[in-house]
Amino acid sequence: MQPAQSSSFEIVTREDFSDVTFLLEVRHPMLAKAAKAGQFVIVMEHEQGERIPLTIADFDREAGTITLVIQAVGKTTREMQQNCRVGTSLYAVVGPMGIPSHIGGKKKVVCVGGGLGVAPIFPQARAWKEAGAYVIGILGFRNRGLVFWEDKFRACCDELILCTDDGSAGIKGLVTEGIKQAIAKHADIEELVAIGPPVMMKGCAEATRAHKIRTMVSLNPVMVDGTGMCGGCRVKIGETVKFACVDGPDFDGHLVDFDDLMARLGRYRTAEKEAMERWTETCRIRADQAVPPEPALAIDDRPSTDG
Amino acid sequence: MAKKKTIRTIPQERTPVQEQDPRERARNFEEVSLGYRLEEALVEAERCLQCADEPCVRGCPVGIDIPSFIRKITEKHYHGAYDIITDTNLLPSICGRVCPQENQCEGVCTVGDTLEPVAIGRLERFVGDMAIKEDWANIPYIEPNGYRVGIVGAGPAGMACAADMAKAGCEVVVYEAFHQPGGVLKYGIPDFRLPNAVIDAEIEKLKKLGIRFECNTLVGRLFTIEQMVTEMGFHAVFIGTGAGYPSFMGIPGESLNGVLSANELLTRANLMRARDFPSFDTPLQPGRRVTVIGAGNTAMDAMRVSMRLGAEKVFCVYRRSKTEAPARAEEVHHAEEEGIEFNWLTSPIELLGDAKNAVRAMRCIRMELGEPDSSGRRKPVPVPGSEFEIETDMVVFAIGTNANPILGQTAKLKLNKRGYIETDDSLATSIAGVYAGGDIVTGAATVIQAMGAGRKAASGMKAYLGLRDTDGVYAPETDDPAGRRFGIPVEEHNFARVRVL
Repeated sequence: MQPAQSSSFEIVTREDFSDVTFLLEVRHPMLAKAAKAGQFVIVMEHEQGERIPLTIADFDREAGTITLVIQAVGKTTREMQQNCRVGTSLYAVVGPMGIPSHIGGKKKVVCVGGGLGVAPIFPQARAWKEAGAYVIGILGFRNRGLVFWEDKFRACCDELILCTDDGSAGIKGLVTEGIKQAIAKHADIEELVAIGPPVMMKGCAEATRAHKIRTMVSLNPVMVDGTGMCGGCRVKIGETVKFACVDGPDFDGHLVDFDDLMARLGRYRTAEKEAMERWTETCRIRADQAVPPEPALAIDDRPSTDG
Repeated sequence: MAKKKTIRTIPQERTPVQEQDPRERARNFEEVSLGYRLEEALVEAERCLQCADEPCVRGCPVGIDIPSFIRKITEKHYHGAYDIITDTNLLPSICGRVCPQENQCEGVCTVGDTLEPVAIGRLERFVGDMAIKEDWANIPYIEPNGYRVGIVGAGPAGMACAADMAKAGCEVVVYEAFHQPGGVLKYGIPDFRLPNAVIDAEIEKLKKLGIRFECNTLVGRLFTIEQMVTEMGFHAVFIGTGAGYPSFMGIPGESLNGVLSANELLTRANLMRARDFPSFDTPLQPGRRVTVIGAGNTAMDAMRVSMRLGAEKVFCVYRRSKTEAPARAEEVHHAEEEGIEFNWLTSPIELLGDAKNAVRAMRCIRMELGEPDSSGRRKPVPVPGSEFEIETDMVVFAIGTNANPILGQTAKLKLNKRGYIETDDSLATSIAGVYAGGDIVTGAATVIQAMGAGRKAASGMKAYLGLRDTDGVYAPETDDPAGRRFGIPVEEHNFARVRVL
């Protein structure tokens, strides 16, 4: 085994699912070998960047790559959307972090992914399938245009329920509608795994509570180092306080204090807004002064020189 | 040598060091202490009696030959002074700044029995800084011995261990989870106390010894300790990951926004450079009235960083009195000078929030000192009816850390009941060839204690690998007063190293 590389995490594939969601496949053979379902990485795009946690959406041990699916919502992720092209490199990628998800064998299990949780639920669905489980996938999107990876999920799910807010694909409604349908059809569901925005995971936990279905959720609070050192990611689980980075990120959804989690997620909102506004302004000035930036292409395999 | 010095003939006053004006420095991140200038260092060096007893050497966790390096300063042989320090400590610029000298070398200094002790720390820093400026590097003759050593954690323990193993001829790789090496020196200790440039310069010296640093590597998760000794081919491994996991008190309101650990505050401000937001992307909502709980070095750093980030008022809340405060005396003194308001004998009981879930006040209770507890310090007990509130919009917990769980989760290492790694006297863990030292063994301690542990483990690792401990080469050869053995001058003894393979 070769020692870990210390820099140059090359982007080998990029795919844009929509104007906000994009996929990066990053070369890191050791990480691809070590990664397990449910784990995450911390990424820094450049030397002055912030450390952002991203759940590993897929890994290819043979090709030596990991896949990240990113939603461009803040300054850092928008900047990544603009700068991360095939042939460029990320400044830092560290992981896999967190305790891998517990994949418990031949059960009937529901895997729910919504919004930015769709990609990270994929390795879990695949791992359950590989373990011999009967997998029901439930994916939530705002509309048909935002749907991605339907084929990948169909390949590892025994059943797949698509939910869209406007009914343009699958059933109309939130993922909780899909959960209700699945529970009505299968009385013997033993476990539900949900990844998505906190409010969605809270809804999933409430939907299963009465049925006493074990419900695991993957939490992604604000964190800095991801190694248990800063305590920024502390979450209330029942009566105890846990650090999502090293004690999680998976926790029993029926015990998670989601209101506390959601309140804490907003604690750097003012600064985040300021950074976003400043960045948008700089981009506008730059765009006015120079050649307009290239639109985000579907798969851009040319090395890019802009940074 | 000239006439023997006595306590009456040496300069009586400890030479003061130039410092930035407190009012000015409380608003910038420039270094507080400017360090000795040449003439100041020469005067202070004269204060060392060169006593036969040498209590300072025993007081130093790594056993620097302090009287000899000070004598070299008086002889104006500064490179010689550097050579003597680096025989035992490769990082003098760092230790000179952050060691609690008053409890170590200076605390037992013979001069200190009558006068103020010799300012050993400042002299060490003087020598170290001169070495950085002049680009001196003490690279001994190293003959590769074919052994590979892996070090987990690029903090003070790992750096000290790496240096010793590299000097012994091993190929050394240091793994670090962060994107930069340095550990607590980088993320924890702020620039005004230990500039990043100094750390980087000292790390460059380690690289000159052939040590390789691999950042962005989370050992335990990317590969395990067991994999290091099996498939990755390391003959020995040292774990110096630090304690890490910050403690909170479990009082109501801890999850309010604006409440964070000192580790988070310091990491954001120092390593991630949130103080330069938005040029750097990491945010840190600055507090207007900041309250820091605790009175150790980390607490002092958190308070003084908050001051520099623009707080109007910074409070310290500590349940014991100033005498029991664990911080270096100089740090408490500097914090007081910078206008930090200390609430000694005060304990927080509740954090109160506003409608937006942000902290707005801390409810406290006054304490008084009762009977001595298990630590020998008088136990603080609450004074009934003395509750009061401090208006605050940022609360920082600096009350210590617990063991980081990652290696315990991923390796079959024997841990004690508090989660720290168990070792024997040579710092060997329950896995053959794997050693551990620093905070992950002892719980939170100081930089120099971690370095001492790193060196001690290196000694154990050399014995395990069957290497002659190179410390022997540097030890004073007392049975050979002429400084010659077998006709070989003492400085040539390096070449007579026994090769064991």
